[in-house]
Amino acid sequence: MTTENAGTLITGVIGADTHIVGNRILGRALETAGFTVVQLGALTPAKEFVEAAIETDADAILVSSLYGQGELDCRGFRELCTEAGLEDILIYVGGYLVVGDQPWPDVERRFVEMGFDRVFPPGTRPDDVIGPLRDDIKMRHETNRS
Amino acid sequence: MTLALLIDFGSTYTKLRAVDLQAAKIVASAQGPSMVKTDINIGLDAALEALKPQLGKRLNFKYRLASSSAAGGLRMITLGLVPDLTAKAARQAALGAGAKVSATYSFELTLADLAEIIASEPDIVLLSGGTDGGNRKVIVHNAQMIANSGLTCPVVIAGNRSAADEVAAILSATQTRVIVSENVMPRHLELNIEPAREAIRQVFIDHIIHAKGIDQAQASVDAVLMPTPAAVLQGAQLLADGTRDLTGLGPLLVVDIGGATTDVHSICDGLPGDSGVIYHGLAEPHAKRTVEGDLGMRHTARNIVHETGLQVFADDAGLDPLELETMLARTDGDVEWLPDNDRERKFDRALARAATRLAVTRHAGHHETVYSAHGPVTLQRGKDLNEVETIIGTGGVLVHSQDAHAILSTALAGPDAPLALRPKSAKMVVDKDYALYACGLLSSVAPDIALRLGLNMLHKEEACHGVGSA
Repeated sequence: MTTENAGTLITGVIGADTHIVGNRILGRALETAGFTVVQLGALTPAKEFVEAAIETDADAILVSSLYGQGELDCRGFRELCTEAGLEDILIYVGGYLVVGDQPWPDVERRFVEMGFDRVFPPGTRPDDVIGPLRDDIKMRHETNRS
Repeated sequence: MTLALLIDFGSTYTKLRAVDLQAAKIVASAQGPSMVKTDINIGLDAALEALKPQLGKRLNFKYRLASSSAAGGLRMITLGLVPDLTAKAARQAALGAGAKVSATYSFELTLADLAEIIASEPDIVLLSGGTDGGNRKVIVHNAQMIANSGLTCPVVIAGNRSAADEVAAILSATQTRVIVSENVMPRHLELNIEPAREAIRQVFIDHIIHAKGIDQAQASVDAVLMPTPAAVLQGAQLLADGTRDLTGLGPLLVVDIGGATTDVHSICDGLPGDSGVIYHGLAEPHAKRTVEGDLGMRHTARNIVHETGLQVFADDAGLDPLELETMLARTDGDVEWLPDNDRERKFDRALARAATRLAVTRHAGHHETVYSAHGPVTLQRGKDLNEVETIIGTGGVLVHSQDAHAILSTALAGPDAPLALRPKSAKMVVDKDYALYACGLLSSVAPDIALRLGLNMLHKEEACHGVGSA
């Protein structure tokens, strides 16, 4: 590896969702920003995010959902991580998470309650994710060291 | 006539094939008892004596190469992290190296796991876990467990390379040999089992042959190259892929039905044939071997019937369930039992058909339909065997059957498992001379001759073309 790894990330589109283009763009941007990215692509079951994170000792899982079923697919995701021994892994979620015109603060609250560390609305740019991700991973490493 | 001698030190018999290297044909065959517990030379010498009259002159061989599955074969334990990821990759590496994998463990070993491992008396442990730069905690824990277990067997390390030095340091004080190989899954879902396979083979040559007393035969043998299942896999790969100068048969499948296990080898890439199908999960090896320890013609006949369903099995055999039970009771009591009337042969044929069907279904990948917002999407896990054009059968029941094609045809796609990606149609042929292991061994020194030997063997056997029904 030529530069220091800013962190290992798992990305993918959860559930029966085939929207892959935005996820690939995000993955590319994260790689350019110095992260090691394992891109699971579309149609990824929750279990496979977790398995990939175990083997790669990932810092964060970035879950995308763009077909309105995200709330169903993401239910229990934090618990799945905890059960698998990934108690302190960062989990982010973003995309068109729910159907219809629901107020964003409500949507965000629901996903935070499900255990996601950060929730991103439609139209999020990669840069909006990279900044917080660096901070969160840095903090995670410091916590683990102490 | 320049000859090569190809030897298989088996669990019961030492088998010999003498190959005329110009004609690329088997010119003599013989066997003797394996006698590995007393002196392997006794059986080998007896077999060589039996070979002499067939060759009609002094035995003078340019090559004398052997494979071995004697003294329990190459017993291995494989360790990984996640069951569907590194644990699966490690198991594939060991099977591909021709091992008999007693068990595969995932995550951190427990004391109970360790007790099982010690009881299984492994010849080699393959230790994997974590992608390169990934999880190191588990492989380090497992290395410590092995180091403290009292086991002294060789260990091949094929896990997270960032942890390899630490793992090797933990094990080097206690194990007779520690080899650091490349990771079996260096990046997520990327399979890399060739280096680990090669490391296992090296340990087999350097240590296991001696430990099992097979090296006593060194006066009559130039080299014991690999475990016999690895020779069969290598022979199959040579036949399928060809050599630099000669074209092979293309994608093929080998079904080896034995008393204790049914082995399936496939040589093909097995990627989705249809651009609309999405591949999911760990990549599969081009040369893949699976071993079904619960699908043996004798030791586990009852399980074959159970898994098929009693009535379905009885119908296929043309026997009534009561008669079936009588025959099953005989296989339970006597694993050496051989059929000697028509009813019993029907029973054996049905067992072999079911074992083939189940073993190939497990070996093959499968389709899975996911209903997305854009309509149904087809996912593929494992290998699509549709590209397979040739199915080669081997093992006693096929060699002695009058109706081998009816057994092999159950490897083809069928309504019993419509989503399993078994071959749709293929040419089927039986390796009656038991030449595949000889091809594999000979390919190490003379690949073109070995390939011609295999092709000659297949051409002389009666082939049949079969078409699946799903």
